Amino acid sequence: MCLGIPGKIVEIVDLDNRTAKIEVSGVRRNVDVGLLWDGPDAVGVGDWVLIHVGFAISRIDEGEAGQMLSALRALGEPWEEELADLESSAIE
Amino acid sequence: MRFVDEYRDPALARRLAEEIAGLVEPGRHYKLMEVCGGQTHTIVRWSLPELLPAGVELVHGPGCPVCVIPMGRQDDAIAIAERPGVIFTTFGDMMRVPSSNGSLLDAKARGADVRMVYSPLDALKVARENPDREVVFFAIGFETTAPSTALTLRRARSERVGNFSVFCNHVTIIPAIKAILDSPDLRLDGFIGPGHVSTVIGLNPYRFIARDHGKPVVVSGFEPLDVLQGTQMVMRQLAEGRSEVENQYLRVVREQGNPLALEAIAETMELRSTFEWRGLGFISQSALKLRPAYAEFDAERRFEVPGVRVADPKACQCGEVLKGVIRPWECKVFGTACTPERPIGTCMVSSEGACAAYYNYGRHAGRRRLDRSRPDSDAPAHAAAADAASAAGGRG
Ligand code: SF4
Repeated sequence: MCLGIPGKIVEIVDLDNRTAKIEVSGVRRNVDVGLLWDGPDAVGVGDWVLIHVGFAISRIDEGEAGQMLSALRALGEPWEEELADLESSAIE
Repeated sequence: MRFVDEYRDPALARRLAEEIAGLVEPGRHYKLMEVCGGQTHTIVRWSLPELLPAGVELVHGPGCPVCVIPMGRQDDAIAIAERPGVIFTTFGDMMRVPSSNGSLLDAKARGADVRMVYSPLDALKVARENPDREVVFFAIGFETTAPSTALTLRRARSERVGNFSVFCNHVTIIPAIKAILDSPDLRLDGFIGPGHVSTVIGLNPYRFIARDHGKPVVVSGFEPLDVLQGTQMVMRQLAEGRSEVENQYLRVVREQGNPLALEAIAETMELRSTFEWRGLGFISQSALKLRPAYAEFDAERRFEVPGVRVADPKACQCGEVLKGVIRPWECKVFGTACTPERPIGTCMVSSEGACAAYYNYGRHAGRRRLDRSRPDSDAPAHAAAADAASAAGGRG
């Protein structure tokens, strides 16, 4: 759903394609960070982002990410499904 | 007040509820629409109406991307999926949406190669790995999702992935809100605006609602406290006689939106002159199609798509639900002929759909949840189907 997943950028894996590896709840997957590539909200390693269908759509601060995660965990099933969906992804 | 202790900050939740109660003008009934399906889910899941005073009603809006796809487009999707050589990729939510020829799941059972993907980039990967097949991505969603399709199209073009195409069904939220404002069925006092759509479009597109219609808009997040605070901010504006666009979700939404996302959409897509929405009918300039520069990736040009208009099933009242005219349980087939495992309308399919939210979490859902958590109960098949049905979260 419109949940969105907060994730922390741990590595830029492909500069040309603007692909970064993010980590959330022990899951590491590649996402596209092209929507936050430059301008005031440009992101880099160590930043937290909100991820939607494999794309980082907004930069968020660490405190917000932590609160989002605990709220998402409280949701239970829908959150586990969203995380499983992310795990099924294999973006290069 | 079943869930209030589970909130991020129960004391704040109670305080907000008290403040909202204090802003109610005696004898007045307020109708506030939450636009986004994710917010609807939160409201039902956490029983927010139990916290609100009786005079404040939250009306569920049209912001559920799965719910608004009309029957005819689903027929088109299945027609494409059943063409020989096609691999049809889709978000999980669209799998069970009924068409006049069954769902995509049924098409898969009949032999079509239908695959669930998390991201359009996963669909592009399937295309790279299957160069001798036609790989089509079923693009749905509001402005939250359209940039993902746009960037995937850019990449398909730069990598020359010739066997990849997009069946584009992206819709835009503002025309739907306009249609609701112009509809005579409903008198709304204000709006709780969608959070994630606004990360892309920003706050300016809503200004006409405040300026021309005199109704407050507060863009809000998805957690129970966000929705409560959004409600409080709308109520405060009403109490003070203001109508403005405010941002409750500052943590995530910037006033100007995401310029890179808007640029990517504008480069790859353009407005359709009109598009049919389930239950809402045709709304002009309310959806996107690929620009001529991306024609080679347009599934509607690559394949013959029937493109016929198919009327909704007679029993289906999703249109009334999406406009907030009736409550889900007021639909005659709610929970009987129409359930998440056998949906008649789209609002029962996605977890953001109002009907599914009430079915899963509403007042009468307790007994069903109990059944599901008891593996040896006499309703195991039902329970398994319901779990499968609620699997695969939706897409905003
Ligand atoms: S109960 Fe089913 S048919 Fe009725 S409005 Fe909801 S989804 Fe549509």
